[in-house]
Amino acid sequence: MPVLELNNVSGGYGEVDILHGVSLQIARGELVVVIGPNGAGKSTAMKAVFGLLRLSGGTINLDGEDITGMEPAQVVRKGVCYVPQTNNVFPTLSVEENLEMGAYIREDDFRPRLQEIYQIFPPLREKRKQKVGFLSGGQRQMVAMGKALMLEPRILLLDEPTAGLSPIYRNQIFDIVKEINDSGIPILMVEQNAKQSLAVADRGYVLVDGQNRTDGKGLDLLNDPEIAEMFLGG
Amino acid sequence: MDFINFYFLPGIVLGSIYALGAIGVSLVFGILRFANFSHGELMLIGAYITYSLLHFTGLHPLAVLPIAMIFTGVVALGIDHVFYRPFRTSKATIVIVASFGVALMARSAVQIIWGVDPVSYSPGQIQKPIVLFDSLRIFSKHIWIVSCAIVLMLTIHVILTYTKTGKAMRAMSDSTELARLTGIETEKIVRATWLLGAALAASAGVFLAWDTHLHTMMGFYMLLPMFAAAILGGIGQPYGAMVGGLVIGLAEELSSYPWIGGEPLLPPAYKGGVAFAVMVMMLIWRPSGLFRGRVF
Repeated sequence: MPVLELNNVSGGYGEVDILHGVSLQIARGELVVVIGPNGAGKSTAMKAVFGLLRLSGGTINLDGEDITGMEPAQVVRKGVCYVPQTNNVFPTLSVEENLEMGAYIREDDFRPRLQEIYQIFPPLREKRKQKVGFLSGGQRQMVAMGKALMLEPRILLLDEPTAGLSPIYRNQIFDIVKEINDSGIPILMVEQNAKQSLAVADRGYVLVDGQNRTDGKGLDLLNDPEIAEMFLGG
Repeated sequence: MDFINFYFLPGIVLGSIYALGAIGVSLVFGILRFANFSHGELMLIGAYITYSLLHFTGLHPLAVLPIAMIFTGVVALGIDHVFYRPFRTSKATIVIVASFGVALMARSAVQIIWGVDPVSYSPGQIQKPIVLFDSLRIFSKHIWIVSCAIVLMLTIHVILTYTKTGKAMRAMSDSTELARLTGIETEKIVRATWLLGAALAASAGVFLAWDTHLHTMMGFYMLLPMFAAAILGGIGQPYGAMVGGLVIGLAEELSSYPWIGGEPLLPPAYKGGVAFAVMVMMLIWRPSGLFRGRVF
């Protein structure tokens, strides 16, 4: 049974549908990447999982449980963590306070987890007392991901984690994404950097105009001439 | 010494009172994202509840203050539930107008219950100041007001810095949307904000009434200096509001000191205009305030 499954999901904002029947499956332990041109509905599909969209059709299942149309606060409590592309940290809070907020719904002692997060993202330990608003883009992204990981989520949703980052930070974030996935957390990631993300992904989906275009193993998609022409610059 | 006795010390006292009110304005603005025009009325309610409690118990204003603070907090929760909650996702302008309506209703309710004539916590009593070093004259109630204000502000600092709810309040002030995605119960944080803001407003109202007297327009008259203080400090920034309150209070009192010649620089009747002038100047030159608050 997949951890997360979108079946034929349609919906959008206001009156207009952006998704016209998108289906995605993420199996246990998988790193799945969604690519596609601008406006294809990649991020929108992710928001659909998190109850941020008006749905007009389809179902969303988490470990077989129907979570279609649940409020964001409920979805978090089910163990789904989502890192939006922008506005994903609290800028006036310190690094450590951001991570603590990530653990907001935990009832138990989160401090051991905090130490684990600092091990995944060593720069954050150094800057833990600093306000996140003063950090670089790459470090901010680390805070955003660390904050989501504080819950030890059943699945992690990442919306373009490398957008706007320098190549050095981009590589670092991809390494970390792989590392988090290797620790057993399934990841669904939307990415613009199709080449690099398909190279680390187990599987990939290509969305075009709010619909599934094709899917397959990361490396197969990477070597597909049609995909290459569409997104990878030949 | 006249400068200290009649201008500086009263300025500090007034400033502390403004600061307590302005913190609530700033918290509500940061978390609920609207300018609450009924904040002065929360002060009014706190001050009049205290008046009744004094009447029934015969205790000292400070002894019944905690009860008045809790009561005002509960009133604020009720107002929020009935008047603001339905507008939670509406534009700020709509909620601001609602808050204006709430202010009118609350003031009228106070006038119906307690009447429109000015009253006093200690009618007929004249307090003698404590004289230090032969010339420094301090009223004991002023010492109490300023010390209580400091304690309350430290309490707010501790809540915002060290408690989970306080941190979540700051987080929500940064981004309501992200707070919700993080699993923070935003409605719970909204309630905490009202409780804190209203409790502080009640204390400000009681201190002002204790220092002077009670009348049903006092909340309305406090609105301008409280907003001026909140904007001066950077709206949405509770620490800025504390500094802003002190600055506005001092500026108002010091404006009538005879700086040049023997006449007051500004006639005392224009004190209220000082807060307005500071607010307008801030909005022109540095709308984000001293502590870089929110600008729309």
